[in-house]
Amino acid sequence: MQKQAIFQSKLLPYALVAPQLAIVLIFFYWPALQAVIQSFLLQDAFGLSTTFVWFDNYIELFRDPAYFESIVRTFVFSFAIAVSSLSFALLLAVMADKPLRGSVLYRTLLIWPYAVAPPVVGVLWIFMLHPSLGIIARYLRAMGVDWNPLLDGDQAAALIILAAAWKQISYNFLFFLAGLQAIPKSVLEAAAIDGARPMRRFWTVTFPLLSPTIFFLLVVNIVYAFFDTFGIIDTMTRGGPGTSTVTLVYKVYSDGLLGGNLGSSAAQSVILMIMVIVLTGIQFRFVERKVTY
Amino acid sequence: MANVTLRNVRKTYPGGFEAIKGVNVDVGDGQFCVLVGPSGCGKSTLLRMVAGLETVTGGEIDIGGRIVNQIEPADRDIAMVFQNYALYPHMSVFNNMAYGLRNRGMKEAEIKSRVDEAARVLELTSMLDRKPRQLSGGQRQRVAMGRAIVRQPKVFLFDEPLSNLDAKLRIAMRVEIRKLQRRLNTTSIYVTHDQLEAMTLADILVVMTGGQVEQVGNPLAIYEKPATTFVASFIGAPPMNLMATRPEEIRSQLAGSAAADAGILGIRPEDLVITDQTPDGGVALPLTVEAIERVGAETFIYGSREPEEQRVAATPGELPPGEIIVRVPGTEAPAIGAKIRVAALRNKLHLFSGDGRTRLEA
Repeated sequence: MQKQAIFQSKLLPYALVAPQLAIVLIFFYWPALQAVIQSFLLQDAFGLSTTFVWFDNYIELFRDPAYFESIVRTFVFSFAIAVSSLSFALLLAVMADKPLRGSVLYRTLLIWPYAVAPPVVGVLWIFMLHPSLGIIARYLRAMGVDWNPLLDGDQAAALIILAAAWKQISYNFLFFLAGLQAIPKSVLEAAAIDGARPMRRFWTVTFPLLSPTIFFLLVVNIVYAFFDTFGIIDTMTRGGPGTSTVTLVYKVYSDGLLGGNLGSSAAQSVILMIMVIVLTGIQFRFVERKVTY
Repeated sequence: MANVTLRNVRKTYPGGFEAIKGVNVDVGDGQFCVLVGPSGCGKSTLLRMVAGLETVTGGEIDIGGRIVNQIEPADRDIAMVFQNYALYPHMSVFNNMAYGLRNRGMKEAEIKSRVDEAARVLELTSMLDRKPRQLSGGQRQRVAMGRAIVRQPKVFLFDEPLSNLDAKLRIAMRVEIRKLQRRLNTTSIYVTHDQLEAMTLADILVVMTGGQVEQVGNPLAIYEKPATTFVASFIGAPPMNLMATRPEEIRSQLAGSAAADAGILGIRPEDLVITDQTPDGGVALPLTVEAIERVGAETFIYGSREPEEQRVAATPGELPPGEIIVRVPGTEAPAIGAKIRVAALRNKLHLFSGDGRTRLEA
């Protein structure tokens, strides 16, 4: 039961929410509205005249094969980032769940990467994997791998996925650890007595009981891969080589701010906004539906 | 079909805490053994060691002639019922019971017949498709039992299986468990802190405290001849009245007995009768009635041996001059504040050495 606060004055509650409302209105709704308006306009190259063009920006966008490539690329990235960081985080969480000495220390260390800002993550990995500076790049070449993400698009993509997944591991780890600790120990003991070996115990008991956590994290990770990888991409590859690491969010930036096509960029933002709304809707519906197994 | 033998079993935790300090118990084939003791006495730890969920620091655990110290729980051929039932929440009742059989690679037809049979015995047939969260506490308890019996193991282990049930259901399930165990004739070890459960279920009762066995034996034999003051006060409700024999009023009545000088005298509440006479060789005590509890069939009278102003703090090694509980049939009782005299026969007296560790024959 939640207690309802009772205010003497009718104005006070409005005054209290006003700052938050102002921030949301000025920094979110207004720019969003601007983007929607902008997406119906077309500016000439010098910004001297603006024409209302209805859905032309959208139509052009959907006729552009580069945009479709970018959509596919974004989904591939998201899927790869979500799967790799989820599975690695789960592995770490299962290991860290065991009562070992110094568990507080290594749990803390495992959570740290989450505090690192995405551009810093990008720089960190560049230092290690840059074809001429990176220490790991040197080992890779010594092993006979032709490592050059500055020229090879697939390698650049792998690099982005690696860095982005690495950063998200901590977050996932935290939730997995909490999820694992919420599973009653006696249930696993019962499974052990019931003749299930550790691997079978994991797949038939632990994993199904973690499924609500996994689903929640899957949505969170996809949202992250969609929108929060901008900093990593910008510091590591700037979308290159060519357009091989241009995701939807990066394309908004490069078309609008670098390419000067504000109309198309605005249309892309509106599409992204709709995607966010859908993903958030899924997440909310899921969070409200508590029982899942 | 198996004996369970514990030989000098010890458990020391990495921190140095000695949870089990050398326990010897021998449970015969088909017997029902109950481990009873207060919280923290090590009874659950001992059971978990038999199950293989805790490592054994010293001694041997022998199930059916095989030393199982180093054997995985799955390979010990045991089944365990947990206090919180530990059902698999994502599996139906059927799958909960079938899980252990599937893990052992049994054929589906055989699994189905075994689960159906167990469900019939436990009256779960209509619930096989439900998930544990759709069941009541008593039904979950029966599923946990079902999961144990379908395996047809050598030994059943029960870790306080009834303590999450309400009082009425607890009594019903207690009888069910006993009947089931008798019929299947499977060796069982049962942990509880409830002495009534312990008395009613056990073939062999093991009373534990502080990681040690205090007394082992037939429950009635233990009730009639408790070996130490701990057992005397733990087994039986309300507990046995214990008092020092040093005060002149008691010493004079016990003249000639080994405990007369510096010992402890115990008398069960039901062995005291309100009378003005002193039975030959028995003990009589004057009491002031302080409280009365009527429970229908019987009445408990709480009295103090001395007027309040004369009570003294207990000196070390001596029991406090505590209250005396008298249990009388029916609802007749003296008024509160009344002065009464209660007495017990000589053969109803329990005498212990001064430290309470040794029983002396009266």
